[in-house]
Amino acid sequence: MPEYTTSDGEGVQIDLISGERMSNLRTMEKIRLILDGVHKGNIVILEDGLSPDEESKLIEVTMNEISPDEFTGIEIETYPRPSRNEGGFLGRLMGRDTDDNKLTVIGPANRIETLHKDENLISALVTRK
Amino acid sequence: MGLLTDIRDSISRVTTRFFEGPNQEPKRIGIYGPPNAGKTTLANRIARDWTGDAVGPESHVPHETRRARRKENVEIQRNGHSVTIDIVDTPGVTTKVDYKEFLEHDIEKDDAVRRSREATEGVAEAMHWLREDVDGVIYVLDSAEDPFTQVNTMLIGIIESRDLPVLIFANKIDLDESSVQRISNAFPQHETVPLSALEGENMDEVYDKIAEYFA
Repeated sequence: MPEYTTSDGEGVQIDLISGERMSNLRTMEKIRLILDGVHKGNIVILEDGLSPDEESKLIEVTMNEISPDEFTGIEIETYPRPSRNEGGFLGRLMGRDTDDNKLTVIGPANRIETLHKDENLISALVTRK
Repeated sequence: MGLLTDIRDSISRVTTRFFEGPNQEPKRIGIYGPPNAGKTTLANRIARDWTGDAVGPESHVPHETRRARRKENVEIQRNGHSVTIDIVDTPGVTTKVDYKEFLEHDIEKDDAVRRSREATEGVAEAMHWLREDVDGVIYVLDSAEDPFTQVNTMLIGIIESRDLPVLIFANKIDLDESSVQRISNAFPQHETVPLSALEGENMDEVYDKIAEYFA
């Protein structure tokens, strides 16, 4: 990903990653793309979010990378998924959930704080270093 | 091929669940939830009620449970039938751990750093268990806290994606601020059981539901 430096060096870089770009990556490539950005202090916004399995692995890898005084983990916010039980019998039988893709915001835990979240709104405060 | 494979796998999962025999191996039930929801207190309550032993130490300090702990062959008897489960008490799942949080509990820095390192390893381990090694989940929430958090949303999503049977336990109903309805509203697709693991309130219903869901 291209790197830029803001004029005062104190700005907050936001990476908005399209669903199309993520769809061409494997799970660990997605997680590396996210965590490499977060380690640099960036806020990463995913157009289509992650699958539950990818979220599970993101938590696991994040935990393995936490280091005292350097990296305290991530803040992640996404809208709640609709219940799989609401997908109908065929959807459930097929393990299909067509409405899983949800915009997701991920950032360093020490720089982003969720102020409010409900089914339709995520409000977050992003601070400089 | 993908379509046929999906159908075959789905039917296999359903038939396996319906036709498992009565003498099967104990189901491994993971107790999951955010830090300080009362998971270890619940695990100890269940273990003490049915085996006489505890699972691990309880504490108000977050991340007191830093390794998944298992109590095997817990036989719960309900209505003339018995259900045998292995209880797995897991560390509270989170996406961030800062050793400085431990300093607020009068813990020295070296010990705080060690605890935070163990906590991160424990959470990673708990996530791995969830993907590979549990047959069902008891999801414990503090009913005095807002359930609408990202960790809860993600974990319930992960559990649902794996088609694991799940019961939501609204713990700490002995507290004045407790609201079981708030939890029911947050996860209406799952059954919510109110309880106080600390005080032993409503444990009969807890055991009825465990037998019903995980037998």
